[in-house]
Formats: sequence, C-alpha cells, structure tokens
Amino acid sequence: MEAETDSLTEQETAVYDRQIRVWGVEAQKRLSKSRVLVVGITGVVAEVCKNIVLAGIGKLTLLDDKPLSEEAVASNFLIPFFSTEDEGCCSIASICAEALRDFNPMVHVFVEEGNVIEKPGSFFDDYDAVIVGRSSLGLRKHVNLMCRNRSRRVAFYTVDCRGSSGAVFVDLQKYAYSSQKGNAEIWQEKHFPNLEEALSVPWSSISKKTSKLFFAMRIIEEFEQCEGRVPGQISCEDLPALMALRKKMCESQAVGDSMVPESVLKRLADAGNAELPPVCAIIGGILGQEVVKAMSCKGEPLKNHFFFTASDGKGVIEDISPSQ
Amino acid sequence: MASAEELAAIKKAKILMVGAGGIGCELLKTLVLTGFRDIHLIDMDTIEVSNLNRQFLFRKHHVGQSKAKVAREAVLKFRPDVNIVAYHANVKSTEFNVEFFQNFHVVLNGLDNLDARRHVNRLCLAAGVPLVESGTTGYLGQVTVHIKGKTECYECQPKPAPKTYPICTITSTPSKPVHCVVWAKELAFTRLFGDKNQANDLDSQTKEASSASEQQVLPLELQEGESVASFAFRVFDYVFGHNIEAALKNEDAWKSRRKPVPLYLNKILPNIAEEFKGSCENGARPENSCSAMSVLGLKNPQEVWSIEDNARVFLKSIEILYATKSKAIGTLVFDKDDQLAVEFVSAAANIRSYSFGIPMLSLFDLKGIAGNIVHAIATTNAIIAGLIVLEAIKILTSDFNHSRMTYCLEHPSKKLLLMPVEPFEPNSSCYVCSQTPLSLEVNTSKSKLRDVVEKIVKAKLSVHSPVIMQGSNILYETGEDLEKDMVLLYTSNLDKFLVDLPTPITNGTVLSVEDFQQEFSCNLHIKHRDEFDEEKEPDGMILTGKWLTSQTPEQQLNVPGGPTEGNNVVEAVAGETKTINDELQEVDGDFAEILEVNTVADKKRKIQDEEQAQKRMRVSLDER
Repeated sequence: MEAETDSLTEQETAVYDRQIRVWGVEAQKRLSKSRVLVVGITGVVAEVCKNIVLAGIGKLTLLDDKPLSEEAVASNFLIPFFSTEDEGCCSIASICAEALRDFNPMVHVFVEEGNVIEKPGSFFDDYDAVIVGRSSLGLRKHVNLMCRNRSRRVAFYTVDCRGSSGAVFVDLQKYAYSSQKGNAEIWQEKHFPNLEEALSVPWSSISKKTSKLFFAMRIIEEFEQCEGRVPGQISCEDLPALMALRKKMCESQAVGDSMVPESVLKRLADAGNAELPPVCAIIGGILGQEVVKAMSCKGEPLKNHFFFTASDGKGVIEDISPSQ
Repeated sequence: MASAEELAAIKKAKILMVGAGGIGCELLKTLVLTGFRDIHLIDMDTIEVSNLNRQFLFRKHHVGQSKAKVAREAVLKFRPDVNIVAYHANVKSTEFNVEFFQNFHVVLNGLDNLDARRHVNRLCLAAGVPLVESGTTGYLGQVTVHIKGKTECYECQPKPAPKTYPICTITSTPSKPVHCVVWAKELAFTRLFGDKNQANDLDSQTKEASSASEQQVLPLELQEGESVASFAFRVFDYVFGHNIEAALKNEDAWKSRRKPVPLYLNKILPNIAEEFKGSCENGARPENSCSAMSVLGLKNPQEVWSIEDNARVFLKSIEILYATKSKAIGTLVFDKDDQLAVEFVSAAANIRSYSFGIPMLSLFDLKGIAGNIVHAIATTNAIIAGLIVLEAIKILTSDFNHSRMTYCLEHPSKKLLLMPVEPFEPNSSCYVCSQTPLSLEVNTSKSKLRDVVEKIVKAKLSVHSPVIMQGSNILYETGEDLEKDMVLLYTSNLDKFLVDLPTPITNGTVLSVEDFQQEFSCNLHIKHRDEFDEEKEPDGMILTGKWLTSQTPEQQLNVPGGPTEGNNVVEAVAGETKTINDELQEVDGDFAEILEVNTVADKKRKIQDEEQAQKRMRVSLDER
C-alpha cells in the first residue's frame, strides 16, 4: 500500500498524460503535493489560478473578501453570469473557488477569510508559494517578508495587469532546480533578491535597454501610495501629477526623464483599474508556468521581473538585482 | 483597455474560429471576455479524458461529446448574451465554402493538422478574409498573421516533410525503438486486426517456408476450433521466432550488424499455458477487462516491463481484443486512445526490440511514439490565445502596420520569452497564393494516374476533391452530380499508366489541378524520369519547382539528417523527455499533429533568419 501513495493514480495518469510528456512523472508528483495561496483576485489572477489548477497542484487557497461587483467580473471568467442583484452577495474568493473546483476535482480549493495583513507569520507556514495580485507596494513587501521569515522556503510572486500592459515579480530566495541537459538531468541554483532589495537597485545602475514598464510601474505605485489611492484608482486626469512625480523620481535617481516615456505613463494612467483580457491570458500564462516550474523544481525559473505590453508585443525578462 | 475605436470594431466583428481544442478553449474564453459577440466555431472532434488537463471548458462527464457544442455551452454560462454558433463538423466539408468564409471579418485557427490548415488557408485566400494561424507544442508556440497581398500565406514556405523510414529498416534491420513501434503498428497490428488485404511483409518471409512445408495452417489466422490463447501463442512463436530465424538465414545481412535473437514462448514463459488457463476461467470477460495490463496486475505504465511481462501483455491483449471486439477484427485501425491497441503495439514493439538488442521502453513512452502525441500544456495555449486576440484586434481596426508574428519560447532569446517579428511578404513563387507552377518528375510509363492523385495531389498538395485536366480534357474528377458514364471513365483512368491515358501524359505535358471548394488551382509541369531510388524516393515521383527550392538554408536543416539546427529544435521541443521526443520527431509517419513540431522547426528558422528583424526590434525597444 505504501507504494500507492508514491505513484500517480490511474486518473492522474489519464488526465495529466499530455503534460507528463512535457515535464515528467517526478515533476507531476511534486506538483500534486504543492500548496499555493492567492491573495487578491483580478482577471489576470483568475488566469493564473486556472492554469495551476489544471496543471494539478495539491491545494489552492483563495483569499479575497471583496464582495462581488461589476468591475470584478469584467475580465474574470471564473464568475458565472452576473446580475446586479447578485452584487455584494458573497466574496469573490468563494465564487471563484467553486469554478476552480469544477475545473479539476483532483485539486483541493479552499477559501480563507480575513485580511492578509492581519495573518500571523505561522499562517504562511502552510504554503509553498504565495501569489499576490494588484495591491499596494507596502502590502506586497509585507507578504514577501512574511514568506522570507519562514523556516522553509516559500516562493513569492506578484502580478498586476494594467490595461494592455502587465508585470510579474518573482522571489524564490535560494532556489535549486533541475533541468535537462542532453540526456542528463542537472541541478542548478539561483539566488533571488526580495522585493525590497530588488526595488532599491539605483536606476542609474540599470541598463537603459531595460523595459520602460519597470520604471513606469514604480512611479505609478509611488503615486498611488502618496495619494492614498486604492491601487488602480487612477486615470488620465492624473497624468500631470504623474509627470511631476516622474521628474522628481528621475532626478533623485540621477537619470534622465527619458527613462520613463510619457506615452507609457499615459497608457497606465488611462487603463485605471481595467485589465485587457488577452493580456491577462498572456501574463497569467507566463506566471502559471513559473509557479508550475517552482512547485515541481523543474525548469529554469525567470529572474526576477517579467513585462509584457501589447503595444510592442514583447514579453521581456528583466533581472534587476543588487550587485553582489 | 481597448480604445473606443477598438471596442467598436470588436463589438461588430463576426469571427470564425476553427478548432475548439487546446488553443480553441482558451481562445473562445478570451474572445468573449474581450467583448466579441458573434463567434462561429467549427470542430469535428469529441472530448477525450486526456484533453481535460488543458481544455478547461470540458469536464469528465463531457467525454465523447462534441467539443464545439460543449465549449459553446460552457462559455454561455459566464456570458449568456453572446452569439456563439457551434458546428460539430469537419472544416473540409462542403458547407464551409468560400461564400461561408466571406461572412467573417477574420478567421482564427487553432488546428492540429497540416491538411486542415492548408485547406483553411486556401479558403481564406479565395474569400479574401484575413487569417490568424497558431500552433503549440509543450512550452513552444507561435501565432502568425496571413493577409492576402500583404503578408505571406500559410503555404508560402514549404513545410519540412515528415520522417519516413526505409521499408527494410522496419521489416528487417531495426536499430531504434521507433523502428519497432512502426513495425508493431503498421505491420503486426494491421496484419492481425486490420485490413488483411493490405500487402504486408509479415507474411512475405513465409511464402517459401510454407510452400516448402506441407502444413496448411495459416500462421496468422485463427483456425476453426482453436482457442484464442493458443492462437496467440502461435502468433508469438511465428512472428518473434520463426520470422527472425528465417531472416537470419540471409547471412550477408548480418555481417556488419548485430544478429537478432529468435524468441520462443517456451523459453521465455515455459509455464504460460498453465498460467493463462487459470486466468481464462475468471479473466478476459468483456465487462471487467478492457486492459491487458490491469488483468495482469501491471500497475505502472511509466515503468519498463520485463520481457516476460511484455510477452504476457502481448498474448493477453490479443486474447481480450478477440473477446471484446471480435466483430471489428479485420477492420481495426490503430487508435492511440484504444488501450488494448496501445498495449498490443507496445508489447510487440518491446519484444521485437529485445530480440534485436534495442532498449525496451515503457508503455507510456511507446504510446507517445505510436500515437504521435503532441505535448501540450494549458499555459502555452493560454498565452497563444491571448496573442491571437491581440492580432485579431489589429486586423479589425486595419492597423496592419503593427501586425506581428509572435513566437513563444521556452528559454529567453535576448531576454525575450515572447518574441514579435514583422510578418514576411508573400513568396512570389508560392504555388498557392502566387499560382506559380510546380514540376512533377515521374516515370510516365510506369506510374498510374491513381499514384499522381493519391501520392501527390491529395497527400502533398492537400487538394481534397481534385479536378485534373490536360488542356480542356478532364482526366479525373469526383463529385455527386457526375454522370454515371463519366464516373466509369474517370475510375478507369485512375488505373491507367500516364502515357496510356486518352490524352497521354508525357514529358512536357502541363496538367492543371483544381479544387472548386478551395477555389484552388495550380499547374503541374510533367518531367519524365526513368529511375527513382526506392528507398529515398518511395513514391516513384517527386515534386519540384521554384517554390520548393526557395526555402532558406535553415529550413533545409530541418530535413532529417541535417546538422545541428534540427537537433536544437528537437532539444527545444523535447524538454524533459529528450530521447522520447527524439523518437517522436522521427516517427511522424502521418501528417496529423506533427505540424506542431514542424511549426516549431519553422520558428527556429525564422528566428535565425531574423537577425535583421531582431536589430529592428532592439531599435524599437530602445525607443520606448
């Protein structure tokens, strides 16, 4: 009987056949034992959830007490047809959990209530990865540190889609992974900075070829923080203030304004809290893949930022880490 | 978010989606969320269990139902106000003609085979509707845009030919597992359970042997009154013992090769009769056994089984196939979703491998090779679907200058995981969109019209209902509205040598090939040639022409046996299971599904080819 627990069930073998051919049985077994926490459900996060549930993680916990609203539904296919009578009836997390359970009955999907900021450190001991959706910089840093302070490694991701652009951040701490070199399996290691460290890299030391979105997102989050806005509560009317902030931040970082073109800032401001669904699918696909890799310890992870914007169609990996 | 102009275009757009599988499910979801309201969806397939890991609109209880219809219902649950028309049908059927295609503003493909892709390409060209084409395998994927007159069509670049094997490698001198799989699938399975009238080399070696011996028992036929078990024993000894022994007599063949070892059941499983006697009493009943491995208590399909277990699976799968499918025997065709067929083929391949000193593989791996199974994950499909929608929006707003082909990579190339490239211009020597003639080298006195129709016109040119003309004389045509005497004439033409046709085809003849549904036509210049290499040119005829020689050097590398580039592709595709994919790359006997691999090969070429484009890209990256 012991052997049973260690091999995939007949059902797993049948359903996961095509992906086992991509990442192998061992990776699938590790994946099926992994536990993932998701904080804040937007359209792009719904895509990530779908992807990792289909891949067959062990357990997914959703944390988002926000009540159902028309805006939450816009780019989230996990929420069934929405009528205004349903508004505020139940949390986004509980509705999405239902849809996700249906996608793959082999994955346990739970809903956690409350606010993540109030969760004790021990709460994070139960997870192997934490994904944080759109939220303030302060909250993201807080959750990142909570993950860092565990005795076991807890992978940390943030993801945000703003209109036709989006960004992913990855902190896998000290991470060992296997990859295929010819016929041999080799193990390698990567070291990741945490969010605080990654964002403290002086702009003047960052390559000019780096995606403009990196800098633009910093200005947006700084603006939202200073103005006390809910992340995403921003519009084209804020552009003059954003331009002023750009000048200030670029000066203090000793770089020229051209590091952050106005067009990029304008696009992000115009987007407000909307997410373009195809961009959600793209960024949610990239992040879903990264979570699968990290939970199965298989395949080279991206380090440590990923940016996509529909305007040029490029999906770029940027490694922005403090020099050793 | 989409601009007002984009939203207006999205709202009034009428979209045709071809394929509701891996890419299709993601695409339908993303289209509807984006605000598209009028979507027609064609897919002939039904849902399988192995779809469920990525085709998220489907559930276990949908297995066996129409993909198009279930996908429609699933999406209406979260967006009931959109118009989705689902067709459970083959896109090649005549209802989807040029007039049908003209109803749409853009066609989005999520197909799994080259033939259908070519068909849709031609209809889009004929109807003047832009096409967004896509494909994925594992972590790799691509989206391309095809707009008549503006960009290359789907067929502007020749696709690498699928790998075929010299017949003698399969019948006599296998050296890799894949050779044994092809043997087990094409020869052993077909001979025992499929169409017995097909020429089959399993019998060939015995002609002398059986005529020499007086016995009248046909070695591969179940005798009257014989139990299936003892028939299976006989087949084993005959195929793995007798036939190998006969092959060994040809000593020249083994001078520089390792000799195979004849295998007989009484050596491998001396007690098999006893063993199976017991199992027959309670086992092999149709209701509890659709799998030999489960009857035999073999649990792990990822494990490489012993030769003894492979022999047991071989025998047991024959027994159960006869017990459960007796009526279909003689007409069965190998199906990767038929557990018993997979078990028989894997066991037969492994036993043959063992005999020839080739490593045996697990059932899981052999199934992948035998079924040309494409590796597929949800994430790549989601990404590709997102990119398709972005391209569709550009087309609908006539923003053609920003159209891009995009490659989704496993490992970043110059930091890019998603790499956009400017679309190529139409290939002026394309036989499809530029009507450039092709040449056909053929022995006109030894080849029949049927060979040209089947091996070239249908198989290579993907013309489904061809009309073949020489000047104004019709040599061949099919169709329901033909007069009886014409049908007779055309059928009799098929079996004539080219030079014996009513209007003889000889060196210098120009044939015209047309397909009314595809509104496709092309000219074939006939060049007579006496000799063809049976191993390298098994068709006995070869297509040539400017189109085929216009391929870039990188493309030629994808031809089997080419240097490193091709191997890199395999490596990129292979990911974790390198050796198996290596085989998979080579086993692409049938065109279906291989295209996914080809498109990736294609991708590599273009990436290599596009140093220029990359420079342009870097410039634009700097600008931003």
